[in-house]
Amino acid sequence: MPEISAEQVAHLATLARIALTEEEIAHLTTELGQIMQAVEQVNRVATPEVPPTSHPIPMQNVFRADVVTDDVLSPEQALAGAPERDGDRFVVSAILGEEQ
Amino acid sequence: MARVELMDYEKALELFEPVIGLEVHVELNTETKMFSPAPNPANEKYHGAEPNTLVSPVCLGLPGSLPVVNGDAVEKSISLGLALGCSIAASSRFARKNYFYPDLAKNYQISQYDEPIAFEGSVEVELADGRTFQVPIERAHMEEDAGKLTHVGGATGRIQGAEYSLVDYNRAGVPLVEIVTKPIFGAEADAPELARAYVSTIRDMALSLGISEARMERGNLRCDANVSLRPRGAEQLGIRTETKNVNSFRSIERAVRYEIQRQAAILAKGGTITQETRHWHEDTGTTSPGRPKSDADDYRYFPEPDLVPVVPTTELIESLRAALPEPPAARRRRLKGEWGFTDLEFQDVVNGGLLNEVAATIAEGATPAAARKWWTGELTRLANASETDASGLATPEQVAQLAALVDAGTLTDRLARQVLEGVVAGEGSPQEIVDARGLAVVSDDGALIAAIDQALASQPDVLEKIRDGKVQAAGAVIGAVMKAMQGKADAARVRELVLERAGSGGA
Repeated sequence: MPEISAEQVAHLATLARIALTEEEIAHLTTELGQIMQAVEQVNRVATPEVPPTSHPIPMQNVFRADVVTDDVLSPEQALAGAPERDGDRFVVSAILGEEQ
Repeated sequence: MARVELMDYEKALELFEPVIGLEVHVELNTETKMFSPAPNPANEKYHGAEPNTLVSPVCLGLPGSLPVVNGDAVEKSISLGLALGCSIAASSRFARKNYFYPDLAKNYQISQYDEPIAFEGSVEVELADGRTFQVPIERAHMEEDAGKLTHVGGATGRIQGAEYSLVDYNRAGVPLVEIVTKPIFGAEADAPELARAYVSTIRDMALSLGISEARMERGNLRCDANVSLRPRGAEQLGIRTETKNVNSFRSIERAVRYEIQRQAAILAKGGTITQETRHWHEDTGTTSPGRPKSDADDYRYFPEPDLVPVVPTTELIESLRAALPEPPAARRRRLKGEWGFTDLEFQDVVNGGLLNEVAATIAEGATPAAARKWWTGELTRLANASETDASGLATPEQVAQLAALVDAGTLTDRLARQVLEGVVAGEGSPQEIVDARGLAVVSDDGALIAAIDQALASQPDVLEKIRDGKVQAAGAVIGAVMKAMQGKADAARVRELVLERAGSGGA
């Protein structure tokens, strides 16, 4: 039976920079636990004979030509949704811990 | 920081066997990124672009954007896999590596996990003394690079003290191939040199395949070095550390050696090694701990649902295999013969990671001797002084032009060294620097004779000696003339003229 603890929910919320109250954490712990249990049902039908599927449509080799297109954004467009900017760079809060 | 104890290197090798593992990231030089049609800053053409000018919605992980695989990047990855002696996967897929860090806006990196494009290979690596090692390759997989963070504020400017960070997503999505070795046993005291030689071999490979600019100082080629020690006779592997940020050939060698000495000192005292990421500091030649490995390693990999499997056809693989260039170790043996270098001379070139530079300089018209001399001599000296690699200081064209100016008698070696300093400082081509700094040799005999006559007149005793047949006395006059000409004269020509003037009684 898959489970998620209140501590794990709180930890993930911190990583995702989502502020949660104690009540919200308790609520989400219950809800996420139920979702995980629902997904867990897949394990009942997943037998060694059934190959894992990562894509609903059996497709392969979808490639793009190595050519620059007009999808490229201007810095103004790129930064349009930034909560904060410094020149043409995004500003993010202090990083806790070390670099990846 | 507490003082770190290091064990004498020979002593450490007596007590422990070093086992190393290397992860090398190669940035591909495709026109566009791995999963987006934005220009790729790892391609020479787009290097140095202004922040956030090489981004598309995919690079920023904007809602609704979808990645599409760059077909050329896949072909280049397969070529590299084949050059590493790997098998190419009949079917390969991408996976999400989840982590929370703002260098990727999506909160995950698209990488490969259980189905890498290439696996199980072997690379022949040659050490300086000609011995060869087969380095076993575990896998080579495709992934995307992350954006670049600049940490601002804080007492030390180091990341822990940073108040905020600035993000440039130009590098986010650059195609990467990560090459992972199996644990390398048996290198013993040569482990640091082997690590360096291996990365140098990968660089040669990437360059001869034409798949990467492969410049370490730009981060096109990056190395993480895993080091562990086990007591002599022990079966079980020791706990390893992973040193990151090792961005020059010499620092790879130094970092591995440092870790061997550091870990040996801890183990000999009965301590245990902490499994962790460590950061290399070029300035102090030391490593310091980063985050501990254990709890950060839960990346919750799962198959990337936005991408379909890559299933390369046999025809594609075989056509790429047929187009593979000569393997680096074989090429080295061939070039050494062609250039006529001694073992020592060739080692200098190889150890400096300068094989391609020397080859390209010769292709530009320089003699093998001249190409070797400038790269392993003055350029290496300048590189060491600035703690970088010589390969990034000048181009083969510039060095060939310098050699041509020396051959033509326009420059003496001494002047050529000054010109080279100008080249390294970015003042332009050798010819431009000669013109701008007025460094050409004074080839006008009239000006030289005037200076010689003046020097002879002020040193009558020297004149006497020369006339008495004591030719070596001319040295004093030559010195005075060279000084008067500010070094811009060919000493051999000055000597000829001094003897001529003294003999003819011209003074």
